[in-house]
Amino acid sequence: MSTSAIPWTDRLPATALLTDTVVITRRNLTRTRRTPQMAVAAVTSPVLFLVLMRLVFAGAIHVPGMTYTDYLVPAMLIQNVVFGGLQSATGLALDVNAGMMDRFRSLPTPALAPLTGRSLSDLALQLLAAALAVAAGLAVGFRFHAGVLSCLLGAGLLILISLSLFWLFATLAISTKNPETIQSTTPVFFLFLFVSNAFIPVATLPRWLQGFAAGQPVSIFDSALRALTQGPGAAPALGHSTTYLVVAAVAWCAGIAVVFAAITLRLYRRM
Amino acid sequence: MLTAEPIIDIAGVRKAFGKTTALDGLSMQVAEGQVSALLGANGAGKTTLIRILATLLAPDAGRVTVAGLDVVRRPVAVRRVIGLAGQHAAVDQTLTGRENLVMVARLYRLPAAQARQRSAEVLERLSLTEAADRPVRTYSGGMRRRLDVGASLVGQPRILLLDEPSTGLDPAARLELWSFLRGLVAQGTTILLTTQQLEEADHLAGAIAIIDHGTLVTEGTPEQLKAGLGYETIEVALADPARLPQAAHALEPLAEGALETSELAATISFRAPRGARALPAAVRLLDGAGIAVEDAAARRPSLDDVFISVLGRAAAGTAEARPA
Repeated sequence: MSTSAIPWTDRLPATALLTDTVVITRRNLTRTRRTPQMAVAAVTSPVLFLVLMRLVFAGAIHVPGMTYTDYLVPAMLIQNVVFGGLQSATGLALDVNAGMMDRFRSLPTPALAPLTGRSLSDLALQLLAAALAVAAGLAVGFRFHAGVLSCLLGAGLLILISLSLFWLFATLAISTKNPETIQSTTPVFFLFLFVSNAFIPVATLPRWLQGFAAGQPVSIFDSALRALTQGPGAAPALGHSTTYLVVAAVAWCAGIAVVFAAITLRLYRRM
Repeated sequence: MLTAEPIIDIAGVRKAFGKTTALDGLSMQVAEGQVSALLGANGAGKTTLIRILATLLAPDAGRVTVAGLDVVRRPVAVRRVIGLAGQHAAVDQTLTGRENLVMVARLYRLPAAQARQRSAEVLERLSLTEAADRPVRTYSGGMRRRLDVGASLVGQPRILLLDEPSTGLDPAARLELWSFLRGLVAQGTTILLTTQQLEEADHLAGAIAIIDHGTLVTEGTPEQLKAGLGYETIEVALADPARLPQAAHALEPLAEGALETSELAATISFRAPRGARALPAAVRLLDGAGIAVEDAAARRPSLDDVFISVLGRAAAGTAEARPA
């Protein structure tokens, strides 16, 4: 086999993924700015959800060792990432249908760039929504009980969860290529969001559901974020150490990202 | 037919989607520096071929090179020399024309300043300078398509691949697009376009390839294809429709096949072998029979005639053939 050097025309510069991700991210954010209806709904809904849930359930649900508001806010942030992911999937599918993906794929840009660009632009929206939700939370009694560093780690974990789950939603988008089909999968995500410890301690669920509810990633993410924002005082309510929960959450992120990024790229190249 | 290296070389290309065969061992070449048209009915394999040339799809078998570059083995290099547009590559409706071009230029790997400069130049060429900073969704259909087709010019591609570029355009916008495409070719760009409109192929293309069921049926210049039919159509208009039967009888010896008469227009038309000098003969015959001729003309076959003779009437019907 010859090992002749690859001609420059066949190579993309090492910085191509970075620069093109920025190009696509900016394009997506410009789109959002010009057609803000969907984004406004997405960014404000966690606030609405949080305030409603707090009003309705705070008196009824008792979480040992934590106020219900402190318990609820981290879960709202995770839910926000899941709903944001569905929006990412819809955005990607619209790009496929409109011919934008074909345009991108016929240009000398890294295959990943349209996907990573979407991931980053939607992360920005999710973080804005999260900031509003936290602000609303603070207004209705939420407090950070952990140190600054721990809370920053919490923010970092939230970002990692968003970037990892993105690949699951990208797979959904590239395999269905259809915004309606994507919307129709919403109940599956509701199942994960509701059969979890997001709104109630798992112990209150029917016995046969508890195993799934406690072990599935949404619960792990919720608990890890609670641990990082509420400090050691929350450990009895969460049942595990902060280290355990964070490691478990990061492991889920890594697993989801690796599996679904591989599937997405495979589908994307053959689209 | 080709004097130089073909800029696109397609050899024995197969592509199937499940049980549907889109390309069935297609081989053809495209010459540089002109418009080549891929003509065929719906489902003939035109779009599949364009997608393979644009590196969006890998063929199951066969070899395809663009500018000497293998599309499967060297997709990045191919993408540097092509521009794709038409049915399958779009512009962003919410961005302005300029924003769209700068984005495409950046993805063609131009530095930011150069991308802006190149975009301004291309907007000028597209006659979109005035509308440059308006969102594309406010553009007319013709403006939008011009931007769509012209967007890849920021990357100075050697070859433009256009999938049904004039679909959905009104006649004025279509003429405008044609003159724009001719201008591009004059400046050295090679264009391969697919079309279902025979008129479009006839107006634009220096070479036409008709494909059907994923194989090449025939190719050549429009003139070669028409001449290949070997006949011309003679049309005679009479002063007095009452004399039609008599005239038809007189002309019968010249005709190849049946004569068609129209009472309403008082015309007779028939096919005659090319080079048989049928037109003067027809006029002489009618004169001799004392039938007054109002008008007479010989019409070379149109591309419609070529299409129908090559693919049969059924296929031609589905191609939305328009009279040229």
